[in-house]
Amino acid sequence: MQIIDVLKKYPASQTSLLEILLEIDRLKDNHYISKEEVHMISEYLGVRTSHVYSVLTFYTLLSTEPRGKHIIQVCKDIPCYVNDAFDVRKTLEKMLNMSVGQTSRDGLFTLEETACIGCCDEAPAMLIDLEPYTNLTRDKIERILASYREVTL
Amino acid sequence: MFERMQLLVCGGESCEQKQIGAIKDALLVELKKHDCENEIAITQSSCFGLCEKGAIVGVFPDEVYYQCKTKSEIVMIVEKHIKNNQIVEELRIKDPILHKRLKEHSNFHVFNKQNRIVLRNCGIINPLSIEEYIARDGYFALAKALKEYTSEEVIEIVKKSKLRGRGGGGFPTGLKWEYAKNSQSDIKYVVCNADEGDPGAFMDRAVLEGDPHSILEAMAICGYAIGAQQGYIYVRAEYPVAVERLERAIEDAKNLNLLGDNLFGTDFSFEIELRLGSGAFVCGEETALIASIEGFRGMPKLKPPFPAESGLWGKPTNVNNVETFANIPVIILKGADWFNTIGTEKSSGTKVFALGGKIKNTGLIEIPMGTTLRDVVFDIGGGIPNRKKIKAIQTGGPSGGCIIEKDLDTPIDFDTLTDLGSMMGSGGMIVMDEDNCMVDVARFYLEFTVEESCGKCTPCREGTKRMYDILNKISEGKGTLEDIDHLEVLASMVAETSLCGLGQTAPNPVLSTLKHFRDEYLAHVNDHYCPAGVCRELTNYIIDDTCVGCTKCATNCPVGAIIGWPKAIHKLDMSLCIRCGACKQACPVGSIKTVKGGEAHV
Repeated sequence: MQIIDVLKKYPASQTSLLEILLEIDRLKDNHYISKEEVHMISEYLGVRTSHVYSVLTFYTLLSTEPRGKHIIQVCKDIPCYVNDAFDVRKTLEKMLNMSVGQTSRDGLFTLEETACIGCCDEAPAMLIDLEPYTNLTRDKIERILASYREVTL
Repeated sequence: MFERMQLLVCGGESCEQKQIGAIKDALLVELKKHDCENEIAITQSSCFGLCEKGAIVGVFPDEVYYQCKTKSEIVMIVEKHIKNNQIVEELRIKDPILHKRLKEHSNFHVFNKQNRIVLRNCGIINPLSIEEYIARDGYFALAKALKEYTSEEVIEIVKKSKLRGRGGGGFPTGLKWEYAKNSQSDIKYVVCNADEGDPGAFMDRAVLEGDPHSILEAMAICGYAIGAQQGYIYVRAEYPVAVERLERAIEDAKNLNLLGDNLFGTDFSFEIELRLGSGAFVCGEETALIASIEGFRGMPKLKPPFPAESGLWGKPTNVNNVETFANIPVIILKGADWFNTIGTEKSSGTKVFALGGKIKNTGLIEIPMGTTLRDVVFDIGGGIPNRKKIKAIQTGGPSGGCIIEKDLDTPIDFDTLTDLGSMMGSGGMIVMDEDNCMVDVARFYLEFTVEESCGKCTPCREGTKRMYDILNKISEGKGTLEDIDHLEVLASMVAETSLCGLGQTAPNPVLSTLKHFRDEYLAHVNDHYCPAGVCRELTNYIIDDTCVGCTKCATNCPVGAIIGWPKAIHKLDMSLCIRCGACKQACPVGSIKTVKGGEAHV
């Protein structure tokens, strides 16, 4: 789907801004909003580009930089922290050979941290493309990553 | 087509991971074998609240719950129970506390002290089926409100029920509705705050995923009461399942004209739209939430004016939390007097808590207000695992504080928790044992607020950062006694001068840990020692002579700092040790201990 088709789905008023940004972000394989898109959105909604940027940079789910195909979000909140015996974040960093905030060289994964994702009863947990994975263990993380790699190959 | 039996398969995340999909398929295959796939309905429900057990299948109307792991067990259930109506006793789930197989599901010890009002339908109905919701008296409350009561009467009932906002503040809901009603305007809005973000709280997710229609119904009732025709649900994009089920629920309700124009033949019309939150905790604050719906950065505004006077697009707006709304249909149906019989005098009804941390039974519980914390932790929660001692209970997330063991017999309600220096918050309850360092816990919550502070007002933006820096200094062993004084001064300043609730309550974790665990802070500062062995820089390990020489610690040490032969006492070289604690965790006999600096070099 083209960006313009996404825009047309929403009424041309400022209240649609966040929804439009989210949908474009999801639509794109590299999950980010480019400069050109910001201009298109601002023109369509009749708001300033600075306003679009102010909203775009406020919310953590959105990005102005290209990201990986799959976005891994590790929960960093206290129930996961308290129940995390092996450090999920470090394990992921090691397995993917990169640190939080980076994208893997093959463009497959971006590693991020997130606030509580409501899976506290099954901590530690993470999201991949908003799909929850809970009760994580080292083996489980390895299997999950492998399954994402397989699908892509 | 009506089925004679219904199989409920738990679709909660926990069970889904235990391959409930495969179980569902296997059930279908077995049913087909016996040619009864048309007599039996298989429904995926939301979580049963027994996550510990996992992969649970419920058989209705018999109300029997089975825990299955293998295919042969499924074969047995289908052959015996479904075909021949014999209950398979040996596969019934055991009570996690009494360790017995019980006949009645409601007799479960976990459920004994609970009273499910908010979670009344969760795990019992198929959340995707509006018919099942209606069969459980769904939308009857809306009909009753529209047909039998005036809008004033509805507000009077809610006021009389003494329902208080479940999002954390505890403001009387009826009063809030009345303010919105009394504001003069032709356009008004109802907003449902489903931007649940408190760490450790997931009751809203459970309601949205398990019983989405109850929220729609309650919002329509609220719309009728205050004179609004449009509702918005602001839900986190991080809850994709909730979003999907809400979308479906809205569509189904519209199709049956339970939302839309002229509901139940009256001249009242009501529409609901979804708005997605995109990862900003501060948007749980009502004015920030409103800004976010309008398409701005989610930053709070100064109150007054309150949203009830000037909210969404400057119009009177009533914002309530998911759990608050979930109470409304029941109150309308059963009346305020009934609701007042549950709970305490000042806080009526129930509260859903998310039990987490160091506790045996984690998960959602719904208890009448006035239940003691001890009952929650030891009776419902099953106590602390691994024979550890309880140190504190954290309630209210980053806005709350810690409650210590001596206060465990306090009955829970809005006011008692505030008196204890904590708060109800949205209902996260995190249990901590002796292995948790309270300085570290405070530092952790501050890190959260530093990151989630929107940056609009200086006390919150700068103050939380400075407090975080000081806590970091202390946990690294570089803190001084002056730092603790600074921390206290800063904490009260941030609390008094911040713009919104986020900043005003951000110092609570610091203040309450300082109050109850000052000795731990002093140990970090004076003795450069972390009693819980969490702060790395301040932890030294020692292997004492109870070591049985099992070599587990040496195998687990990532840097080879432990030397020793099988069956001989091992030695730890502190010059190599990176203080990761892997050895302490691996030790089966507890021979590895943390000690104050200096004594550790064996």
